[in-house]
Amino acid sequence: MSDSSHSDNHARYWRKNLVLVFVLLAIWFMVSLGSGILFRDWLDANFPRVGNAPFGFWMAQQGSIICFVGLLIIYKVCMNRLDGAEGFNSKK
Amino acid sequence: MSQDVWNFIFIGLSFAVYIGIAVKSRAGSTKEYYTAGGGVSPFANGMATAADWMSAATFISMAGLIASKGYDGAQFLMGWTGGFVLLTVLMVPFLRKFGKATVPDFIGDRYYSKGARGVAVVCAIFICMTYIMGQMNGVGVVFSQLFGISLTKGVLIGSTIVFFYAGLGGMKGITYTQVAQYCVMAFAYTIPAVFIAIALTNNFVPQLGFIGEYTASGESVPFLEKIDHINQSIGFDRYTDNKLGTLNMFCITLALMCGTAGLPHVIVRFFTVKNVKSVRTSACWTLAFIAVIYLTAPTIGAFSRVNLVEKLNGTSYQEAPAWFKDFEKTGQMAWVDKNGDGVIQFYGPKHNDAGGNKVFLGSKKPKYPADDAQERQKVGQSGERLLANKADMSNANELWFGADIMVLANPHMAGLPKWVIGLLMAGCIAAALSTAAGLLLVLSTSISHDLMKKIIKPELSDKEEVNYARIASFVALGIAAYFGINPPSAFIAKTVAFAFGLAASSFFPTLLLGIFSKRVNKQGAIAGMISGITFTAGYIIYVQFLEGEPFIFGITPEGIGSLGMLINFVTTFIVSAVTSPPPQDVQDMVESIRMPDDPDAEDAPPPVAH
Repeated sequence: MSDSSHSDNHARYWRKNLVLVFVLLAIWFMVSLGSGILFRDWLDANFPRVGNAPFGFWMAQQGSIICFVGLLIIYKVCMNRLDGAEGFNSKK
Repeated sequence: MSQDVWNFIFIGLSFAVYIGIAVKSRAGSTKEYYTAGGGVSPFANGMATAADWMSAATFISMAGLIASKGYDGAQFLMGWTGGFVLLTVLMVPFLRKFGKATVPDFIGDRYYSKGARGVAVVCAIFICMTYIMGQMNGVGVVFSQLFGISLTKGVLIGSTIVFFYAGLGGMKGITYTQVAQYCVMAFAYTIPAVFIAIALTNNFVPQLGFIGEYTASGESVPFLEKIDHINQSIGFDRYTDNKLGTLNMFCITLALMCGTAGLPHVIVRFFTVKNVKSVRTSACWTLAFIAVIYLTAPTIGAFSRVNLVEKLNGTSYQEAPAWFKDFEKTGQMAWVDKNGDGVIQFYGPKHNDAGGNKVFLGSKKPKYPADDAQERQKVGQSGERLLANKADMSNANELWFGADIMVLANPHMAGLPKWVIGLLMAGCIAAALSTAAGLLLVLSTSISHDLMKKIIKPELSDKEEVNYARIASFVALGIAAYFGINPPSAFIAKTVAFAFGLAASSFFPTLLLGIFSKRVNKQGAIAGMISGITFTAGYIIYVQFLEGEPFIFGITPEGIGSLGMLINFVTTFIVSAVTSPPPQDVQDMVESIRMPDDPDAEDAPPPVAH
C-alpha cells in the first residue's frame, strides 16, 4: 500500500466516523434535551401517551435512557462494521 | 431471626467475597496496578464500571431526590446516563488508543505543556477528593447505624477496608470486587422495587406499574394521576410539572451530561480492556447495567412518596408504624407536633400563603438535645423524639425526612421480610465502597504518576512508582476519612455543583477539542480551561457562598457549567486561531489516535505507565 492511498484511507475512515457520531448525537439530543425538556409540553399534548404517562414526561424519566442504550449498541455495530470495511481489523 | 442477625449475615458474606477476590487478584506490576493488565473482559468491565459509577449518594439518595422533585428529577436521570453516551462516542475510544494510564497524561502530551498537565492534575484531584469525602461519610453513616457504633469508628472501619483492597490490590483487585458489588447493588435496589410495585399497582414490573394503574385502595386510577393528586392536595406542585423552568432544566441537564463526560475516574475504567473494539462492547454493557438502576430509581421515588404520604399523613403518632419510630431514633425522620393534636401532618409550600414548609429552624438536619438532658426535653407528649431546633411556626408542616429515606425505608413501608433489608444494607455499603475504591485509585495515580513521575521525579522506577501510589492512596484516604468524620456538610452539598460544573467547563472542551481538532494548540487550551473555570467557579461562589442573585438569566449554579463550557470553547478557538498551530509530532499523534488498532498487531498493547 502506497503512502498516499494509506492516508486517503485514514481520511475516509475519519470522515465516516464523524458522520456517524454527528447523526448519533443529533438523535441523542432529540430524545433527551429535545423531547424531555425543550419540546416536552408540545409532546405531552400532541403525542400518544405511553401507558398512562404523557409522552414528554415519559421520555424524560424513562424513554431517553432506553434510547441511550440503543444508541450505544448502534454505535458499536456501525463502528465495528466500519473498521472491517476499512481493513482495520483484518485478523489474519 | 432478628434484623441485626440478617444484616450481619449479608454484610459479612459480601465482605468475605470482596476481600477474597481482592487477595486472589492483587496487582503485581504497575500495569496491573493501573489498568488490571488490560485483559478484563468487556462484560466484567461493564459491570465493574457500573458499580464504580453508582456512588453511595446515587444509590441511597437519588430516588428520594426524584421523589421530591418529580419531573425535575429527570435532570439526574438524563444528565448522568446521557453523559455516558458522550463519554463513549467522543472520548473513550480515542483516549484508549492514545494508550497512557491517566487523563492528565493525555492533556499534558496533546498540549505539549507541563502547565496544562499541572492544571489537569489539580482538577482531577479536586474532583476525586470532593467525591470521595461524600463516599466515606456514607460508609460511616451506614456502619454506625448498623452496628450502633460512632460515626468515627464507622468511617475508620470503612477506610481500612477500602485501603486494603484498593490501595494494595490496585485496578486489578478493585475491578473484580466491583463485579461482585454490582450484583449486590442491583439485587438490593430492584427487589424492594418489585415488591412495592406489586403492592401499589398490582404489576410486578416497576416500570410498567409506574405508567399503569394505582390499585392499592380498591379503586383503579392512573398512578401518575394519583401522585399528582396527592401532591396537590397537601400543597406541593403537581408531580409531573416542570418547576425549574425550561431554561434552567436545560442548562443543568447539559452541565451534568458534559461534566459526566469529563470525569477522570470513569474514563480510566476503559483502559482496563484489551482494545478499542472491546471498549465499545464494554460501554454497551456498562450503560445497560446502569440503566437497570436508573430506570428503577424514578419508580422507587414515586411509589415510596405515595406510600409515605398515605401511611403517615393524618395518622396519630401512637398509631404510626414502627419503622417511623425507628428512623426517628436514627435522626433520619422527625416529627414536630406544632398544633399539639398528636397527629402527623405533612404539607407542601403551597399549603399556606407564606410559601414555605420548613419544619424547624436553625439547621438543615434536625439537632437533638444532649444525652444527659432531662427526659421531658427528649420525649414529647405523644412519645415522639423532641428536637433541639426551634419549630418553624410560619407553616403547618410537621414532618421532616431526608432524601435517603425513600430507599432506606422502602422495604419497611412495603412490609418486606427482614432479609431484604439486610440485602439493602449490603447494597448501600457496596455502592459506597466501589466508588470510593475507584476514586482512590485515580487520586493515587494522579499523584504518583502525573505529579511525582512526570513533573517532580522523572527517574522513578516502576516499582517505586507503585509504592508512591500506595503511599498516596493511604494519605488521600486519611484526608477523606477526616472529612468523612467531620463533614463540611454545607460545603459538600455545594461542591457537587462545583465538581460537575468544573468538569464540564474544563476537562470536557479541552479533551474534546484535543481529539477532534488538530489546530487547537497549547495557548488556546490553557486560555480556554482558565477562562471556563474562572467564570464557572466565580459564578458558583458568588451565588452559593456569597448568596448573590443568579444574575445571568436566572440560571442556577448547578447549570452554569453549561455556559462556562461555551466560554471555554469560544476562548480556545479564538486564542488558537491567532497563535501558531501545534507542532507536527502532536498533529501526528492526534491523527494516530483517531484510527483504531493497527490491523497488523496481534492485539494492541494495553496502555503502559511510563
